[in-house]
Amino acid sequence: MTTTTTPTFSGTADYLAAPDLTDAVNVAIALEKPLLLKGEPGTGKTRLAEAVAAQLGMKLLSWNIKSTSKAKDGLYVYDTVARLNDARFGDHDVRDIARYIKFGPLGRSFIGDERVVLLIDEIDKADLEFPNDLLHELDRMSFVVDETGETHTAKQRPIVIITSNNEKELPDAFLRRCVFHYISFPDEAQMKAIVKVHHPDVQEQLLQTALLRFYWLRKQPDVRKRPSTSEFIDWIAALMKTGVPLERLEKEIPFVGLLLKKESDVQQLVNMKDTSRGFRM
Amino acid sequence: MFLAFYFQLRAHGLKVSPTEWLSLMEAVARGFDRANLQTFYGLARSLLVKREGHYDAFDRAFAAAFEGVDRAAPITDELLAWLDQPIPMKDLSDDEIAQLKAMDLETLREQLLQRLKEQKERHDGGSHWVGTGGTSPFGQGGRHPQGVKVGDAGGGGRSAVALAGERRYQNLRSDRVLDTRSMGAALRKLRKLAREQGPEELDVDESIDRSAREAEIELVFRPPKKNRVKLLLLFDVGGSMDPYAQLCERLFSAAHQASHFAAKKTYFFHNCVYDRLSTDMQRNIGVPTADVLKDIDATWTVIFVGDAWMSPHELHGDGNYFSYGKSTTPGIEWLRRFAQKARAVAWLNPERPHIWGAPTVRDVRRVVPMFELTLDGLDRAVDHLRGARRVELPG
Repeated sequence: MTTTTTPTFSGTADYLAAPDLTDAVNVAIALEKPLLLKGEPGTGKTRLAEAVAAQLGMKLLSWNIKSTSKAKDGLYVYDTVARLNDARFGDHDVRDIARYIKFGPLGRSFIGDERVVLLIDEIDKADLEFPNDLLHELDRMSFVVDETGETHTAKQRPIVIITSNNEKELPDAFLRRCVFHYISFPDEAQMKAIVKVHHPDVQEQLLQTALLRFYWLRKQPDVRKRPSTSEFIDWIAALMKTGVPLERLEKEIPFVGLLLKKESDVQQLVNMKDTSRGFRM
Repeated sequence: MFLAFYFQLRAHGLKVSPTEWLSLMEAVARGFDRANLQTFYGLARSLLVKREGHYDAFDRAFAAAFEGVDRAAPITDELLAWLDQPIPMKDLSDDEIAQLKAMDLETLREQLLQRLKEQKERHDGGSHWVGTGGTSPFGQGGRHPQGVKVGDAGGGGRSAVALAGERRYQNLRSDRVLDTRSMGAALRKLRKLAREQGPEELDVDESIDRSAREAEIELVFRPPKKNRVKLLLLFDVGGSMDPYAQLCERLFSAAHQASHFAAKKTYFFHNCVYDRLSTDMQRNIGVPTADVLKDIDATWTVIFVGDAWMSPHELHGDGNYFSYGKSTTPGIEWLRRFAQKARAVAWLNPERPHIWGAPTVRDVRRVVPMFELTLDGLDRAVDHLRGARRVELPG
């Protein structure tokens, strides 16, 4: 199989990746396509990029997208103000425009000598046209700095990982070029394994009971902001530190504020207290 | 079976482009399916489906195409056959066929033949070649195409088809109704930025422009951009709308949280808009509709939310049926007045469109464009309200 010629990702000691996720990563690397990741907050989209970089021994360049991000900023920024300032007060040679070109994360992922992992985080935060503006560069793996006329072509094609939180629909033309993977929320067995990575000495009984409570809470239709993996891990830490007796956990949900971050959700739970399906706090 | 899969995908409404289809074949030719149907399932999904909302349709298509098949090995044979005769895909557009012809099918063929050869040799050598990929082809150990069974090596080894048949992604479908956050995201698109009077701030772009032209540092100040869109929300409550109370409440709180409107107002009505609009339905506190209408001008966007379901005289009659006294203006006429004065109007209906043929719904739709209260519907309504994609009224 030709897969041996391309680097292969299999998950790391502190990042457990489901087989279909590692498959998606490896296909994206082999077919040289960007990997687009979606999923509930806290399912480890951003951390996947870190794990890929760590396992493959590559540098990670992160580009955190904001509502004001422009595709071109990822390639480079031409610092006109610094140049203007130098022209008036400085003693630098302002004729050399290249001095005022600052490369962004996308640009740096192209021009370096080493192959890197490029994380484009939360692409949906930007303008609707933003993903389309990236297409050309991602396809050709080269860009031109208009101000200097220089063309930069990627020496090593970066591994591109893109995350989205679904705030906006992404354009079709963009989606067609990506390998897509939706990270489902971990089931109980997966969650158990994840918790054990963070808290290796957790008591089996405690974990089991806590899992029951946690998934019960997530199933409540009235809970608006469902607790995520990271919140569960914090909650387990609190339970272990304070040594909450198991009997108490079977009847109540202590430290519910670690799981529910919305006043209205906590209120919902209090309301349920009187009914048979609820737990006391 | 391989082509059948393609047609099943299309039949389930998944528009797979030739580029994506070819990517899948390249991946198969390079052995990424590891001759395992479950791996193939994940592989096909990650290359052909780009929205989790389509996962459910994909599952149904997959189950239909691979019913009774328990490994992917025959796929390679079929792929080879297809590469010999690549264009029997009848429903491709000319564009797509051209795209397909431009692709390097020959290389793909060679890759595939190479793989099949390796497979044979290794098999002859006595080792089970598929095993080297780290997975058995028969899904032993309960390997999940989607997830893992970490720490649970037992498991029943359910087939990919059975899993696809479980339809685990049903609730990710994009025609689902929406939650507050996605509603908020959709409403945000209504923004229209414009400069108005107000405290000034430094305009960096203009300052640089001017400075460059004058060769002197010039600082330009002007008022910041502000959103000018004003939103009027009118909710139908009670009666046949009761089942949708929670949904409407979510839309209400999404609009309420939205801080980007220059102004927003919310009123409630029952059945249709008559001469009074309510601010508090329970306590029956209201304002004359005429007063609300007076404040509406071309900077306002009006959204009605309701099922538009009533008896015809409640829409066309003089409105006496409802407690507000001596109305002489029929409900439909009030709707018309809002439609005329506002920048744009839209009606969001929580009912499924297949019952929109009811007489009053039909009549309302002739005055106010109607959209389903789902993620797709709200998006289309917002596009219509922005003027991006106007929806024509039916005759």
